[in-house]
Amino acid sequence: MAEIKLQNVVKKYGPLEVVHGIGLDIEHNEFVVLVGPSGCGKSTTLRMIAGLEEISDGTISIGPQVVNDLPPRKRNISMVFQNYALYPHMSVRENLGFGLKIAKQPEAVVAERVREAAEILGLEELLERTPAELSGGQRQRVAMGRAIVRHPEAFLFDEPLSNLDAKLRVQMRTEIKKLHQRVKTTVVYVTHDQVEAMTLADRIVVMKDGWIEQVGTPMEVFNHPLNTFVASFIGSPPMNLIDAEIADNRIVLSDGTQLPIPERLEQHVRDGQKVVFGLRPDDLTPQGHGIAESGHRATVELTVELAELLGTETILYTRINGSEVLGKMFDPRDVSPGERMTFNISLDKVHLFDAETQKSVRLG
Amino acid sequence: MDTALKKRIGKAVTWVMTFLLMLIICLPGLWVVLTGFRPNREVLAKPAIWIPEELTLNNFAQIFGFGAEQVAIPVPAYFTNSLIIALTSTVIAILIGMSGGYAFARFRFRFKDGIFLGLMLSRTVPGIALSLPVFMIWSRLGLIDTKPGLIIVYVALNIPFTIWLIDGFFRQIPKEMSEAAQVDGCTRWQAFWKIEFPLARSGIASAAIFAFLTSWNEYALASQLTRSTDSKTLPVGLMDFTAQFTIDWAGMSAMAVIIIVPALILTFIVQKHLISGLTFGGVKG
Repeated sequence: MAEIKLQNVVKKYGPLEVVHGIGLDIEHNEFVVLVGPSGCGKSTTLRMIAGLEEISDGTISIGPQVVNDLPPRKRNISMVFQNYALYPHMSVRENLGFGLKIAKQPEAVVAERVREAAEILGLEELLERTPAELSGGQRQRVAMGRAIVRHPEAFLFDEPLSNLDAKLRVQMRTEIKKLHQRVKTTVVYVTHDQVEAMTLADRIVVMKDGWIEQVGTPMEVFNHPLNTFVASFIGSPPMNLIDAEIADNRIVLSDGTQLPIPERLEQHVRDGQKVVFGLRPDDLTPQGHGIAESGHRATVELTVELAELLGTETILYTRINGSEVLGKMFDPRDVSPGERMTFNISLDKVHLFDAETQKSVRLG
Repeated sequence: MDTALKKRIGKAVTWVMTFLLMLIICLPGLWVVLTGFRPNREVLAKPAIWIPEELTLNNFAQIFGFGAEQVAIPVPAYFTNSLIIALTSTVIAILIGMSGGYAFARFRFRFKDGIFLGLMLSRTVPGIALSLPVFMIWSRLGLIDTKPGLIIVYVALNIPFTIWLIDGFFRQIPKEMSEAAQVDGCTRWQAFWKIEFPLARSGIASAAIFAFLTSWNEYALASQLTRSTDSKTLPVGLMDFTAQFTIDWAGMSAMAVIIIVPALILTFIVQKHLISGLTFGGVKG
């Protein structure tokens, strides 16, 4: 158990820089999720923490120790790989005990720790099997078991669920969460799936092109995205982003619709400023079909092009000045394409970004 | 005709064809083995005696110096030479092949593709074409008619092949295996011996067999570079059975059997590895 600190960490492959001086403080026992699209540098960052990639500049420390030049085995971390990387020529028992055996622990200790890990993960029945005889979910569990037997300072997960089918993924996600509550340890978890990030993380680190875009709790990142990238990456379906301009103390959307500026944002915008107007589908609801119909609202008339029934809600596809805009209908009724509906916009939930910098106007 | 009958006839035809093909492939070998067990006069009889009337172990006894008649050919010495040269060169080629194969599979370095291509191209030169330059260099270095001389040649001959084959096997093993082992507390060296080596073992065994057979059977270069019992190998020794006016076919065949048997035994022992090895390595992308 330890905190992990990254200071100005850079990774270069030859002349190509893939991680550009990132900084991050991960606290003791914290569950931090690095999330971003492929090629954003999240896996590279994790591998640098593990010691599997050298760092080109900056420092990484685990606990009090700077680990820049330490090989993986001296960092006292354990890692779960995307393809599990179980040792195919060893039984589950040998796989679990391998790290302890290498560390020359007495056999009694190895047996006890393996038993303990097998119990936590429900692997008791499978100990004598080889990895080839296990299902995907069981392999995943063995990989996690191999990580926990060593009682490391930190767990590193590299997209551990992406090889599982959808149902199993949800199930294992819950198990990882439970595991963290049971085995209190610092966790760094890499995924490209924002739902995994939201459900698992104490704090989310959103990355893009080798930069950190935002660090915050799932709530912060969801409710107060710092820029349009985070706004569109976190949340499903993604936030609607519509070009707009500030004129006469009103927001004028690209199709000419005028909306009042929410009070909390008034001081952050100036007349004539080009902005991007952000609104989550959850906050664009047909009248009578919203979650809460109270609070500041504005209304807008839109034509529904397509309705996707999901059960408790329906996603409505509409268009504002040519660009697609999604709304949500809770407690849905049948909607026919081409129907014109009046939508409520929850003004409390409106986001405004500067069109030029793509950053939230609240940042000034 | 109903389809079941058609199928059976088709099957029968397939078997007959297979039998004929195998007969063509195996007949010369079978003939050599048979000749090895027949007295020379029966072998040379005219008209030819096709079905052996008499089988004998005399040819082998003569070769090894037992019994009344003796052949003045030092087969035990040749056998020892062959064994020492083939085994040593195989061990060296495998050690270098393992290091090289691992390096090509795992590391990035300058001119990697070029070096690999160069190694493969070196195999396109027929061994015999090298015999003259090798002979000239070896004679200056005093390596003619020595075991190390031949061992070096065979190592050089085998290395491109062992590197290529073993590289394919290491490529099959995800690099995460070794990384997981390193995170688990291994040094890179330990990760190799405890994880990657056991997984590539069948490939390394295949490479070893091929290297051994190449050295064991090689004739052209050995015939140029060896002179005496110091270094002469079994295939070269075969030629000792030809005198100015006669050829001792029976003795020669008996010796051929002696050459074939160890190779055959070795192949059977590792046959399972060999087959699974070749397909395993073959599907690499």
